[in-house]
Order: sequence, then structure tokens, then C-alpha cells
Amino acid sequence: MKKENIIEISELNKWYGDFHALKNINLNVKEGEIIVVCGPSGSGKSTLIRCVNFLEKFQEGRILVDGTELTDDVQKIRKIRSEVSMVFQHFNLFPHLTIIDNLTLAPIWVHNETKQEAKEKALNLLDRVGIRDQAEKYPNQLSGGQQQRVAIARSLCTSPKIMLFDEPTSALDPEMISEVLDVMVELAEEGITMICVTHEMGFAKKVAQRIIFMDEGQIVEENDPENFFNNAESDRLQLFLDQILTH
Amino acid sequence: MPINELQDTRIPPKSQIGALLWLKENLFSTWTNSVLTAISLYLLYICLPPLLNWLLISANFSFGTVNIFGFNIQFSEEMATNSNCGRSAACWPFIYEKFDMFIYGFYPREELWRPNAVFAITALLFISAKLIKSLKHKNKILLSFIILYPIISYFLLLGGFGIIPVVETYKLGGLMLTLIIASFGIIISFPLGVLLALGRQSELSTVRFFSVIYIEFIRAVPLITILFMASNVLPLFFDAGISMDKLVRALIAITLFQAAYMAEVVRGGLQAIPKGQYEAADAIGLSYFQKNILIVLPQALKISIPNIVGSSISLFKDTTLVLIIGLMDFLAVVTGAAADKEWLGRHLEGYVFVAMVLWVMLYTMSRYSKKLELRFNTENKN
Repeated sequence: MKKENIIEISELNKWYGDFHALKNINLNVKEGEIIVVCGPSGSGKSTLIRCVNFLEKFQEGRILVDGTELTDDVQKIRKIRSEVSMVFQHFNLFPHLTIIDNLTLAPIWVHNETKQEAKEKALNLLDRVGIRDQAEKYPNQLSGGQQQRVAIARSLCTSPKIMLFDEPTSALDPEMISEVLDVMVELAEEGITMICVTHEMGFAKKVAQRIIFMDEGQIVEENDPENFFNNAESDRLQLFLDQILTH
Repeated sequence: MPINELQDTRIPPKSQIGALLWLKENLFSTWTNSVLTAISLYLLYICLPPLLNWLLISANFSFGTVNIFGFNIQFSEEMATNSNCGRSAACWPFIYEKFDMFIYGFYPREELWRPNAVFAITALLFISAKLIKSLKHKNKILLSFIILYPIISYFLLLGGFGIIPVVETYKLGGLMLTLIIASFGIIISFPLGVLLALGRQSELSTVRFFSVIYIEFIRAVPLITILFMASNVLPLFFDAGISMDKLVRALIAITLFQAAYMAEVVRGGLQAIPKGQYEAADAIGLSYFQKNILIVLPQALKISIPNIVGSSISLFKDTTLVLIIGLMDFLAVVTGAAADKEWLGRHLEGYVFVAMVLWVMLYTMSRYSKKLELRFNTENKN
């Protein structure tokens, strides 16, 4: 079965001032594909996925998301953002709104759903991530793991085609990482397109169809999990793997 | 390996609680602290007795017979006059006699029911605010109040439309005028300030430029100058035929002045919002206005409450400056009242009275802000 490319990134270059953060990135993502991006900090992995929903502007190259090219056009950006949702390292829940209001915000204001519809869907999603009983609480009353699960539910609320994860477990206490990863694995099995920046190599091995290794703003190597971990071609990847897998 | 038994909880030792400990910790914790305490007590000993003597003990309370809610309460046979009141202590009958002037200025005495009605409506609004919240169409009711209240108040106070007699604005005065100017200034400057603050943070450089110019220009100029400008320079821009009401000019000047300060207060709140909030709002596809109205401002304004109230209190006090352009506000009527030849030279009583009333009102405002802060604090609610 041949699947369409849902994301096409070509010749992408980005600078922060004089700093060349992304160098000639070319990457195609197929519909339903699950990609893990890893690499040392400062290698541009977060910047890359933040370009996909235009949280970061880029100076050169083009990105096509589901056939729409990313430009400064506000309407196009909003269209893309309504199809691409993002989970952040620090959850970024809205602290002044209850959990349920966090979830229903986008469906009501961006997708013009009725309050009733949005709420029903939100409760179902909360059920799926296992925190339906916390719906009326405020984010800061929840643990980090619960907050991140809420954040995942929030990003699912708009039925996105693509989900971007920006180090979703990096800010969590160790005992909470697995509850978030479990939810992500479940999502992966449902066939939603995912690009996930993470250091969780166990997760990568389990669900990724392709793993991308970035260093100094470039894609150094990409491969399927099997070959990625066992037959690293470049020294840099081998070094990286040695560092993160030895302990 | 030993296992510790679960222990009973007990109260702290006697020496660690109680009034003596409080005294020790707060007033005599170090020897410098003890010296300061002693000095403070000595200052109180010097100042308090004469103050109490002037305010209460030797003060004259000969109000004559006062009717309070239908009860006649006799304070004295006759009401005191300026001459038999004495000069060594306060003569409170002066305040009683001039009370209407302190509250309403020169508002026609036979029309006083109109400002009273406005006061009553205002009080009713505050009281019913809690009740409205539980009603079904609370937003609609609130909105209609917001629109109707100023219209009704305007109509009641100034009259016209052939229904009730017109009252010229120069007759407004006293506490009523102070409240009108302050509340108008505070309420109208608030949305202006929010817009200016957003403008200053805007990505559009022209919007940012003009917001910065406006804010920095206004903040660099004292209110008194702006009032003078509004009163003397503004009319020069208009044709001689068009004369702008003095009160309107003062209201415009004060609102424009306060907007700049409000903008800076709100900007402080905006800057405290983590970048992640903006990103999350962007990422779920909210538009610029949705992002600000739904996500950023609710949080920023909440953080700014203490400063917004602080700034409003400053403005409230600053409105007393309108006396320099000839408006008879609460402070200015003291001069007027003490110029009455029946009560010549009773300024001190007037100013003390004004100070006390302002203190009560402003202190209430600041307490109210504390309450608001607690109510909106969802961040650390457990």
C-alpha cells in the first residue's frame, strides 16, 4: 500500500541571528508514519518540529503540510495548526482554566463546535488517558504525569492528522514517564502520524518506524529502529548511542 | 533492624506560643529593635494625647437635634456656632452643617434626590453582583447593566430631555464629583491601557512605535500639566464658537493620563506570562485576539490586580488636582465651605474630615483587591 507524504520538508534552513540552527533539512513523512527524532541537546530537533506548525519562522526552504505550503499567510497557518497539534515539554496547560476547559477551548473557538459536543468529546478523551475524574480541577492540582496526559488529550481534541511531541517526558519525574509513554504507544497503534522528539530509546524501539538522528542542525542519519540501534553508520551516532545506552 | 513506633502528635511547648512570645519576636527581638520600639512608644506618647484631645475629648459635638432615620436624637440644646465653638479643638458641627456641600458641591438642594438615586443604584449594583452570578442569563444582565448604568446616571445627574431640570456641570462638586471623575477615569482608562499594553508588545512595529511614544510621553509629564493643557491649550484647537465643558476636558485629560499608567501595569502582567502559554495558544490554532482574550489577558490581568488597584488608588487621590482648573471636588469644597462667613476659617476640620473619608474608601479598595487576588488564584489552589 502506497501512502502519500503528509509532510514534505525540503532544503530547510533556519538561523537564530548568525547561528545556523537548521542546515538543509530534507524530510518526508508519510501518512500514519511514526518518526522519532533524537540527538544531543542543541542539535535542532525541537526547532525542526516547531517549524512544522510555524512556531518558528524559517528563512529558507519550504514545508508542505497536507498539501498546504507554510507561508506568512495567517489563514494558512491557522489551517495547518488546526490539523497539526503539539505536545510540549512543559505541558503548557492553561493554568486559569479547568482541565475540561483546557480541552474544549480549541474545539469551541477554532472548530466552531457546540459546547455540548466539545465537552462530550473531551470527557471521552480524558477517559482514554485515564483522568476523567479530574475534569473539574485546575492544572496545578495535578501531578506532572497527569498534566502531560491532559496536554495529550488537549491536542487530540481537535482530531489532528499529525501530532508533534517536543520532549514530552523530559520534564517529568522518573516514576511518571511510563504513564505518559503508555498513552503515546496507544496513540501510535491507532495510526495517527507522529513526529516525536524524545530521549526515550525504549519508546523509539517499540513504536518508531523510522528514527532520525540530528546533530549540529543536520540530519546525520536516519534508519529503521533495528538498524538504527545495531548498525550505526556514523561515528557521531555511535558515540551518541554509547552515551545514552550505557546506563 | 529497629522499627520506629508511630508517635502521638502534641502541641508546641508553652514557651513557644502566646502573647509574650509575640512581643519578644516582633518588638524586642534584637537590641536595635527594642530601641526602635521604645522610640515609637515615646512618639505615640507625645502625639496621641493632643490628637485625641483635638479630635474627640475637647471637640465640640453640639449638633443640636439630629434626625436619624426618623429618630430625633438630641446632642445639645442649640447647634454650636463658629464663635462659641472655640479654636483649641475640632468643631464638628461645621461638618454637619456643611455636609451637603461636602458631598454634592453646589448641586441644587431641591434636586438632591437625583445624586442620591445614583448612589443607591451604585450600591445596589455592588450588592446584587453576587446574586447575578447565580442567575441564568448573567452575561446578558451584566452587559445591560454596563450599558444602562452610565446612561441612567448621566440622565439623573445632569437631567434634560424636558423631563427633569438640567443641572449645569459646574454645579457638580464634592465627594460626588470626586467619585465621578475617579470612576470614569479608572473604568475608561482600563480598556485603553490594555490596548496600549498589547500595542507595546505587538509584532507590528508601527503599532509598537506609537504605543511606546504615547506611553512614554504621558508618563514623563505630571498630571497637573496635562490638566492645564486640557483646560487652557485644548480650547485653542477648536473654533471660538465651540466651547468644551470644563468637566469633560478634565475627564479626557485624566483618562488619557491614567491609560498610560494602566498600560505599564498591564504590560508588567503580560511579561510575566511564560512563552509556553503563547506557544500553546498558537499551536491549538487560536487567532491573535482569541489568544489574548482567552489565554493571555485573563492571566496577565490577574497578576496585575494589586498594581491595577494601586494605580487606581493613586488616580483617585490625584483627581484632587482638578481643583487647579476650577472644579470643586471633595478637597476643593473645603475651601468653599470654610469661606462661608458663618464658619470662617474652619479649614482644619474640613481637611481632617476629607482625609478620614478618603482613607476609609481607599483602604476598602485595597482590601477588596486582596480579596480579588485570592478569588482568582487558581495557580496554587489545592
